[in-house]
Amino acid sequence: MAENKEKLLEMYTTMVRIRTFEQKAIDLFAAGKFPGFVHSYLGEEAIAAGVCSNLRKDDYICSTHRGHGHLIAKGGNLQLMMAELFGKATGYCKGKGGSMHIADVDLGILGANGIVGAGMPIATGAAFACKYRKSDSVAIAFFGDGASDRATFHESLNLASIWKLPVVFICENNGWAISNAQTSHQNITDISDRATAYGIPGVSVDGNDVVAIAEAADAAIERARKGDGPTLVECKTWRHRGHFEGDPAIYKDPKDQEEWLADNKDAIARMEKKLVGLKYAGQDYLDKIKAEVREEVEAAVQFAEQSPDPEPAEVLTDVYTA
Amino acid sequence: MAQMTYMEAIRDGMRVEMKRDPGVYIAGEDVAQFGGCFGVTAGLYDEFGPERVMNTPISEAVIVGHAVGAAAAGLRPIAEIMFVDFMGCCMDELGNQAAKMKYMFGGKAKVPMVVRTPCGAGMGAAAQHSQSLESWFTHIPGIKTIMPSTPADAKGLMIAAIRDDNPVVYIEHKQLLGLAGEVPEGEYVVPLGKADIKREGADVTIVAWSWMLQKSLAAAEQLAKEGINAEILDPRTLVPLDKEAILKSVAKTGRLVIVHEEVKTSGYGGEIAAIVTEEGFDYLDAPIKRVTAPDTPIPFSPVLEQAYIPNEEKIIKAVKQLF
Repeated sequence: MAENKEKLLEMYTTMVRIRTFEQKAIDLFAAGKFPGFVHSYLGEEAIAAGVCSNLRKDDYICSTHRGHGHLIAKGGNLQLMMAELFGKATGYCKGKGGSMHIADVDLGILGANGIVGAGMPIATGAAFACKYRKSDSVAIAFFGDGASDRATFHESLNLASIWKLPVVFICENNGWAISNAQTSHQNITDISDRATAYGIPGVSVDGNDVVAIAEAADAAIERARKGDGPTLVECKTWRHRGHFEGDPAIYKDPKDQEEWLADNKDAIARMEKKLVGLKYAGQDYLDKIKAEVREEVEAAVQFAEQSPDPEPAEVLTDVYTA
Repeated sequence: MAQMTYMEAIRDGMRVEMKRDPGVYIAGEDVAQFGGCFGVTAGLYDEFGPERVMNTPISEAVIVGHAVGAAAAGLRPIAEIMFVDFMGCCMDELGNQAAKMKYMFGGKAKVPMVVRTPCGAGMGAAAQHSQSLESWFTHIPGIKTIMPSTPADAKGLMIAAIRDDNPVVYIEHKQLLGLAGEVPEGEYVVPLGKADIKREGADVTIVAWSWMLQKSLAAAEQLAKEGINAEILDPRTLVPLDKEAILKSVAKTGRLVIVHEEVKTSGYGGEIAAIVTEEGFDYLDAPIKRVTAPDTPIPFSPVLEQAYIPNEEKIIKAVKQLF
């Protein structure tokens, strides 16, 4: 994969798009532009970008409360996303979902999710639908280290294993379940060890190495497409921010924070170094990508700000399908 | 018309739809060769095979949760939860996921799934295998809740539930599974949201559903002998509720008794009483009465359990208090 210049540049661009969108969302939220919660994906961009680089439009993903990155990597429209954060009528969910419920069913995005660990059963069901219809589509469940303690993790991996479903469980181990360090909420180091309990493969990869993630996901996805069943992939990373915007994250050791944010750890800085080293791009080209993405995000903000609010009567619609 | 039991009618409804629509499948604990804990799915595994009638592990969260994903991806799952008492193990999947997906996504999702589950006391199964919990579901917008009381309704409502594009909780009563009756053959559909007058009368309206509908019919026969002619209205589906039919009946009779097996506090009878008070107060010649289970867990001893379950005697007593 390291030789595939186009794919590497595409993954890089996706990571930059996620980071730029997230940084903007943080700033807008801090400025009081919209209410609710923002759970920032900063620092974890490589996982969404690497995994989704192997997906087709007819594959499904189930995302999390920290979901902007997954939506962007699966092809989500930035303008519709930003408008949803603003609660506008033009947003993905017509302003009814907000940050934690953005979805694009046509792109196979079965939603971000406000309940930790709730995406795994849904992804398991979407994978069941793929198998039932005898298609070679797959489903991806993104979830965190905290969610790996939930009963839904156990029930989903177990069912997917015995039914041999085409689902890949992507654990984004960012070291923190809200304020609890991984060491305080589970007595293991590698969450991928839990795969053994379900008789499925489990691997742990550097969650800040987009190429390693893409390769591990590719193997798991191909396995799923061939009908060989699920895989658990743990990506070890670091949440740059607090659990939500406004959380000062006083529970983090500043030294750890500094180490993880340094250029030798950060996924985007590492990828830039790789691309320049391989002579796939010069710094000026990378800067051009960043500038284009900034414009794209600014356009999304402009779209959101200029969009109308929903009509109050909209509160009553979309409860049931007629 | 064929003569069949309530259980056979539920099965027939599922069979008709599984034949018609290849996207319909059944998943649940022991539903395959074993035929389900009460035998409701018996024979369907042989008829439709292991790809469409699937045993699951004892994993209620993923039984309902996987159904949400499969439905959002275009299938029509029928998920069986062995007892309604176990719904606590999958309430997030039903109440936060299935129920809200369409709304949260701005209308751009469909979740056509049925959760079948038996309810009810009367078999000495005690506090965790006997409850009636319909108000757990009626309280959550986005879910439809239906409770058939006869074999014909059991079939017609099952077909309607499967064809509906929303999550439907289909609650079947254990005491009714063996009840026999006439059931139309083939694609017999009872629309959701349409009440049925099971007995016409002019003196008092009794709204009841599921097993209590049958008990109310028996009570009405007794009352008739004493000169009180009760109208028995079966809402059949609690959400959507045919409130026009209830108001119309109360307008005719001027009196309302609501009978349910749920406990009294926050039971669905309170909702019906509130609707009639808000929208039909002028029709009433007497206070609204509720006949319900007491606000206690369900006891094991047959003596205690019989004291718990609403019965004909309690219904008759409540009706007479209105005259």
